[in-house]
Amino acid sequence: MAAQAAKKTGGSRSGKEGGAAKAAKANTEDYLRMYRQMVKIRAFEDQANQLYLSAKMPGLTHMYSGQEAVAVGICEALTDEDRITSTHRGHGHCVAKGAEFRQMFCELLGREEGYCRGKGGSMHIADQAHGNLGANAIVGGSMGIATGAALSAKLQGSDFVTVCFFGDGATAQGLWYEVMNMAALWKLPVIYACENNGYSEYTRTDEIAAGSLTARAEAFGIEAHRVDGQEVLAVNELAQRLVERARHGEGPFFVELDTYRYHGHHVGDINRDYYRSKDEEAEWKERRDPIVNFGKWLEAEGILSADDLVAIGDEIRAEAEAAVAYALNASYPEAGEVDMHVFAGVDHALPYIDGYAKGAGA
Amino acid sequence: MTREITLSKAVNEAIAEEMRRDPSVFLIGEDVAEAGTPFKVLSGLVDEFGPERVIDTPISEPGFVGMAVGAAMTGTRPIVDLMFGDFLYLVMDQLCNQAAKQHYMSGGKLSVPMVLRTNLGATRRSAAQHSQSLHALVAHIPGLKVAMPSSAYEAKGLMKTAIRDDNPVVIFEDKLMYQDKAPVPEEEYLIPFGAANVLREGRDITLVATSSMVQVAAKAAEALSAEGISAEVIDPRTLVPFDEATVVESVRKTSRAIVIDEGHRNFGVTGEIASRISEKAFYHLDYPVQRLGAMDVPVPFSPALEDLTVPTPEAVAKAARRAVRGEVADAA
Ligand SMILES: Cc1ncc(C[n+]2csc(CCOP(=O)(O)OP(=O)(O)O)c2C)c(N)n1
Ligand SMILES: [Mg+2]
Repeated sequence: MAAQAAKKTGGSRSGKEGGAAKAAKANTEDYLRMYRQMVKIRAFEDQANQLYLSAKMPGLTHMYSGQEAVAVGICEALTDEDRITSTHRGHGHCVAKGAEFRQMFCELLGREEGYCRGKGGSMHIADQAHGNLGANAIVGGSMGIATGAALSAKLQGSDFVTVCFFGDGATAQGLWYEVMNMAALWKLPVIYACENNGYSEYTRTDEIAAGSLTARAEAFGIEAHRVDGQEVLAVNELAQRLVERARHGEGPFFVELDTYRYHGHHVGDINRDYYRSKDEEAEWKERRDPIVNFGKWLEAEGILSADDLVAIGDEIRAEAEAAVAYALNASYPEAGEVDMHVFAGVDHALPYIDGYAKGAGA
Repeated sequence: MTREITLSKAVNEAIAEEMRRDPSVFLIGEDVAEAGTPFKVLSGLVDEFGPERVIDTPISEPGFVGMAVGAAMTGTRPIVDLMFGDFLYLVMDQLCNQAAKQHYMSGGKLSVPMVLRTNLGATRRSAAQHSQSLHALVAHIPGLKVAMPSSAYEAKGLMKTAIRDDNPVVIFEDKLMYQDKAPVPEEEYLIPFGAANVLREGRDITLVATSSMVQVAAKAAEALSAEGISAEVIDPRTLVPFDEATVVESVRKTSRAIVIDEGHRNFGVTGEIASRISEKAFYHLDYPVQRLGAMDVPVPFSPALEDLTVPTPEAVAKAARRAVRGEVADAA
């Protein structure tokens, strides 16, 4: 099942897309890593949800649970040099791109040791060292950034590829059409990855999106694909091919990934019968869970035993718990940090903007 | 060696020099290449640097500003050409939510070394959507630096500093000044941000003016001097950072101040500077700080009306006379 092929919906190439899993990450080590990465995301989100429910986390957060195969399938096809831009539902992308639990929980809790020293929080978490240019709280807000990163790769003669993650709701933003046009004109190494989880906030996608999403990209001459976002190997196989091709100047590409979010729009969205049924949620969780299904496949292939799967889950959950405990005890930033990092090369912004302190070079 | 060149040429030279010096600098915007922009400021750059570094875009302001942000975050130094300052409204999210906040939100890990050059200025008979002076909008946003060149000399030095800055800098050129000439050294120079220029020293009143209003203030000062009133003229050069000390020191000496800026007066730059003067030089003041800005109406097309909306040397001189004589200001 995991080997289900990605379906190409358009474009001029006649790539053969069947038997995908055999070509993809064709060794045990990679399968294990993908499995572990997906379990890590789920464990992270379970802990984050708990932190919210027990009122230990400031603000709200958006859970990625259910969509793990998208982030992992794609990010496993990327190197640390490759960039991604992420969304308000961005913890999964962050983990998948290589971030550590400790610094992530510290960020969610506003602690100094967080990836952004507590200044970004859940919706702005960024991990420069692993190529994560950051989550974005403006829906569609990072489409320009991702496309600009791809332009930058081309200008510098670097071969890094940028993946722009966004939701189905973000396809309603005009910015996407502006940057797709330029990406196509200039053949930029960017992959637009639309995670279609069926909803934008509390509204079904078919109520906000006319026609087909892939057709929108195709209108710009961009090769578009649609893939089952619950099948990590199918996602990864497609991602590997597109990333390689983008690296060699064949981009941009568009991929629509069908997926589902298990929780509400954010952690506080508990009573949601008015916009989606419990039956629908149960159907996805029980039959299409990306972790359970990939686990079964690993077992069937004789790569892991049922006990191994349980052991991996236990180990990662323990790791997440330990990171939460650490983060809860970590220090907050000093008050004096509040006007730091406003400007590069300037220690404290307040005296600087009033002209009483010089910045670097100026 | 110093020669006289136009403001347009000064900007062109600054960009060319920086592009020669640093291969990561590139230009992006509408009709910047062969056309060299509608104002011809960038003419010839594409011949030297090629279309890879002087990039013509479709008419997609949010798109190419957003792309400049991403390019700046990943190792290059874009100079974005926004054809008219009025188009800032189209790019506010990319500039104010994305560019301005990346460094802060990432705790200092990401930075956005980009320049957005655009323009301001009325009286070109271009009506309400091509005549606005919107620098107050961006000066309000933490994380953006804002430069306001007032001559060819200033334009060159400030542009070079802007290009070397590791932060997003918005630089406003007055589109009516592109053909104005001023002495500009042939040797390289930079003008640091946050260091005001005292153009003319005076004893009786301080005129703080930005961009093209610096010339307006200088003309007023000339007229006043014939009447025996000695006006000091200060050009802050940058709004962010703002050289508060130079302005405050001057007003402590002269005891009177007028702030002149071409943005709308209401909730704008003049109010900000006047308030700083009141806070820091209150006990030295002999007269309430006066403000002259663009009239608070959309810029009208008819020359008969448009000319009424911007501060003139006569208006500045009149306000200065009243202040120096201690006449009661108009109630209205
Ligand atoms: C420009 C903008 N408009 C509205 C919002 C509020 N908002 C946050 S998430 C969201 C829905 C986004 O849906 P989608 O892109 O499908 O992502 P998903 O939440 O499903 O992951 C909305 C409307 C926002 N953050 N930014
Ligand atoms: Mg959605």
